[in-house]
Amino acid sequence: MAATREAMLEHWNQPSFWQRLTLRDGLWALLVLVGSGTVWSLYQPYMDGYEIAIQFGATLALIGWGRYWPPVQGFTLAVAVLSVLALWCYGADYELRKSAFLLKYVLESQAAFMWMSALYVLATVTYFAALFSRSAFIGKTATALTWSATVMGMTGLLVRWRESYLLGADIGHIPVSNLYEVFILFALITALLYLFYEDRYRSRSMGGFALLAISGAVAFLLWYAFGRQAHHIQPLIPALQSYWMKIHVPANFIGYGAFALAAMLGVAYLLRARAEARNPNGLLARVLPPTELLDDVMYKAIALGFAAFTLATILGALWAAEAWGGYWSWDPKETWALIVWLNYAAWLHLRLSKGRRGAPMAWWAVIGLFVTLFAFLGVNMFLSGLHSYGSL
Amino acid sequence: MSKGRPHLTPANSFVNETTLGKPLRQHTLGWALLEFFGSMNLAITLLVVVAVASIIGTVLQQNQPYPDYILKFGPFWFTVFNQIGLYDVYSTGWFIAILAFLVLSTSVCLYRQVPGIWREMTRFRTNVQIDSLRGFPQQAEWRLPDRDSAVVQEDITNAFRGFGYRWRVQDHGDHQIVAVTKGRYNRLGYLFTHAAIIVIGIGGLLDGNLWIKLKEWRGELAVETRDLSARETPPISRLTPGAIPAFRGNVRLPEGATANFVFLRLRDGFLVQELPFAIELKTFQVAYYDTGQPKSYTSEVLIHDQEHLGDQPLAATIRVNHPLVYRGYAIYQSDFGDGGSKLEMKAWPLATARPEPVEVKGEVGGVIKVGGPKAGALSLELDDFRLFNLLPEPDAQPGDRKFRNFGPSIGFKLRDAAGEAREYLNYMAPVQMEGRWFYLSGVRARPGEAFSYLHIPVDANNSPERFLRFNARLHDASGLEKLLISPVDGEHPDFQRDLQRVRLNLVELFAQGGFMAITGKARAVVPAERLQEATTLYLNILRETLAEVFVAVLREEGVNVEQELGERENAFFNDALSALAALPAYGSPFYLQLTGFQQVQASGLQVTYSGGAVVVYTGFALLILGVFLMFYTSFRRLWAWLAVEDGAVRLILAGTSNRRPVEFAREFAALQAALAQRLGLPAISPASSSPAAPAATLKEAH
Repeated sequence: MAATREAMLEHWNQPSFWQRLTLRDGLWALLVLVGSGTVWSLYQPYMDGYEIAIQFGATLALIGWGRYWPPVQGFTLAVAVLSVLALWCYGADYELRKSAFLLKYVLESQAAFMWMSALYVLATVTYFAALFSRSAFIGKTATALTWSATVMGMTGLLVRWRESYLLGADIGHIPVSNLYEVFILFALITALLYLFYEDRYRSRSMGGFALLAISGAVAFLLWYAFGRQAHHIQPLIPALQSYWMKIHVPANFIGYGAFALAAMLGVAYLLRARAEARNPNGLLARVLPPTELLDDVMYKAIALGFAAFTLATILGALWAAEAWGGYWSWDPKETWALIVWLNYAAWLHLRLSKGRRGAPMAWWAVIGLFVTLFAFLGVNMFLSGLHSYGSL
Repeated sequence: MSKGRPHLTPANSFVNETTLGKPLRQHTLGWALLEFFGSMNLAITLLVVVAVASIIGTVLQQNQPYPDYILKFGPFWFTVFNQIGLYDVYSTGWFIAILAFLVLSTSVCLYRQVPGIWREMTRFRTNVQIDSLRGFPQQAEWRLPDRDSAVVQEDITNAFRGFGYRWRVQDHGDHQIVAVTKGRYNRLGYLFTHAAIIVIGIGGLLDGNLWIKLKEWRGELAVETRDLSARETPPISRLTPGAIPAFRGNVRLPEGATANFVFLRLRDGFLVQELPFAIELKTFQVAYYDTGQPKSYTSEVLIHDQEHLGDQPLAATIRVNHPLVYRGYAIYQSDFGDGGSKLEMKAWPLATARPEPVEVKGEVGGVIKVGGPKAGALSLELDDFRLFNLLPEPDAQPGDRKFRNFGPSIGFKLRDAAGEAREYLNYMAPVQMEGRWFYLSGVRARPGEAFSYLHIPVDANNSPERFLRFNARLHDASGLEKLLISPVDGEHPDFQRDLQRVRLNLVELFAQGGFMAITGKARAVVPAERLQEATTLYLNILRETLAEVFVAVLREEGVNVEQELGERENAFFNDALSALAALPAYGSPFYLQLTGFQQVQASGLQVTYSGGAVVVYTGFALLILGVFLMFYTSFRRLWAWLAVEDGAVRLILAGTSNRRPVEFAREFAALQAALAQRLGLPAISPASSSPAAPAATLKEAH
């Protein structure tokens, strides 16, 4: 890593956290506080103690995240501008989404999701084009497409949040309540995770693989919306009417997104390892990302996913203690979450304690995705239980 | 720790199972047991067994009534699975034993690792040898002529302070060592995560069925398998308050009723757990969204507790996601059902000539003896009443989201003397399908099947009467004779008389067994090559005859048959035919029509007493803390080795990290630069690991 001595010193020689803050950090914090304060002033009478605590935590988390990874700042700004614009266009009339131009073609939630889908698919193709052509320009375009898609998707979710309230004050809820909505969340989180690692490792070579998982999610999403009409906003059943949904579901999807990303990197790893063994000078061996990089990011993704998944499972248990009679009922979804947790705990044990690396671990990451997919979708589709909110 | 041996391996300082550096132990029984319980292979094997058993428990629906399992698997496999305990796999003795074993195994592992980890965290390793320093991935060396060793040491400690390190200085006479540790809480992460498993395991075992099992083994408790009420249950199936530290039980309370117990479902029966207070249900309400879906389930309850509340009961509202916690007992809104709604019904006989209905009054949950000459003694079990039936439209595609409220319904069973039952689902109000209106009555012979529906066409008065009178006519032998057999005159009296007989027979046959009876009869008497022709002929004659009977029914009603027979009557006739054809398979001697009701709802409450919850939540906190410590801190050690040699200060800087080698390489390089700046030296020392090292460290074991 080329870094100037001054940069290193600047990073390390100022022990005080407060001394290291810059003007930009201050402005960012101010921006987030202003947004959060506006939300507070508008909606505080309708929030219970827990929701206020969640808003407080989310505000701090957003400030921290934006400082830790600066591109989030631009992302948040873009999403905020588009969402507020959409809300302004809507006013109080939900039907405007069929007539107002900006809403109908860009900003209403389904339109935004269609933009998101198209952009993610384009990004997938562009990343692979960049990989094979080795053009930096095409690579930058791919990154820009991915960011744009994520902006549209996040905007869509926020607009959908408002739309649910436009349908009826008692119908409104955060859009993470059914399979359709969480699939969008999955796509967004996986994309953000990938963009983070792309930035940190300064490498676009993994993009195509990561975006493949997202494109898969997009394909499912489109079928689910057009084939099953699943995109309609439904009111929350009594069991889901809880502040826990706001934290348990997103935490779970950070886990799922990270595991999906790791699996796609595992696929890339295996392809590259095989290409290197067969023809070290061939196209694939030259063009695919190096195995060390893939291995490192795969490990980081699984570690992050595991931490998030642990948190999500614990939050789920705490929610169950409020809704279902106890923190653990051996419900199929709970049990499969345990299986997924054990699977990745084992993976991490082998990686950390025994130092195992290489192709077997990559295979394991790929198989882990199938276990995760079963816990995510299969349980809803094939097994019955208390968690059948997301059935097809 | 003796001096001559290095105690840190360069690559990773992780603990492992060997007992390196300890004197050889005697192979005592205690040691052998410890080795066995702490064996990683054993733990992994057990975890795999637990995982497989858990997965089986998700695929095989748990805690279903035993008859369902017998139906599904047949008597042989049912018994096999029962012996293994697959119907309640998470509570079987072996599953609990394996979990307990895993807790023990983790405890042993932790017991063996704690001393080593503690030592790692607290010791600074100020006795490191120069050869060991050479083995570390990050190192740098300088020769500093004309320097005071003490001043250099101070510069070093100042640099360390700037980086937020903790250090200890040791003077070994001919050299000094400044040893640094940072991020030692990372090691705590390992401790916490594994301790968390133990704590959660203990809490889970506390809350499990262990106590009930113990009591059962001791003969103090027996599961009640008969269908008794709580009051009737004998003492051996009852638990007093506090008899076990944890349970989850259910009770269905009709509005206005009070209960001071709950039922614990266990295998094929139940236990009664008494509560130290009583719960009275004042009202239960279901609120709906505009779309017709349920919005909330709310129970208004009163808690009666003479000892703690005196005469003032505690009023509370229990909703989903908002349980009431009273004296450690958590009361949840679990489900709801019928609490004994009063029903007024009419039973229309289906196999007799007299169509007059019999008035029946009953209550949901009650049993009424009915019977007739043909059907024998039957019992009518009134199972359920529902006010709303929000169901998908009959012609909806999957995902169409078109729902319709089909109105109130009753569910009941007709059980014969042999104990076999058919289940029925009758809707109170007529339902419109394809533009016409029908009374729907569903029937099924087995609990798992879908209902088959009888569609009774509705007459001009919105009643099933016309159809039922039509049907009654077909069973009225003398009436039919009067209608169809008339004196013959004309050219072929024999033929005409035969034809009349045939028509009569066909109608009677149809009344017995529907179209199948006709085709069956044809197959029996007609040769194969004429079969098709004959069957068609029979059916046409039948249809025409039935039309004549139908006209007679209309005439009896007062309809002007010459003028008022049109589309509607035609449609009615066709629908009636379909229904009549289905009647032989209906299996009931009467059609039970719901005419009035008075709904009484019951709220299903779940009561949980969880002695282990606090323990488990502590475990959760430990787990989260441990996981984040393990993954987001790294344990770093650094050393500065100083000696005066030939008038110059020789300084060696070396370090290692247990995680994140790339980040550590960066940190080390920055430390080097800071130190160099303080000491007034060039940025990169001659003998340091160059920036090429970071790439090399990627290949290091983590």
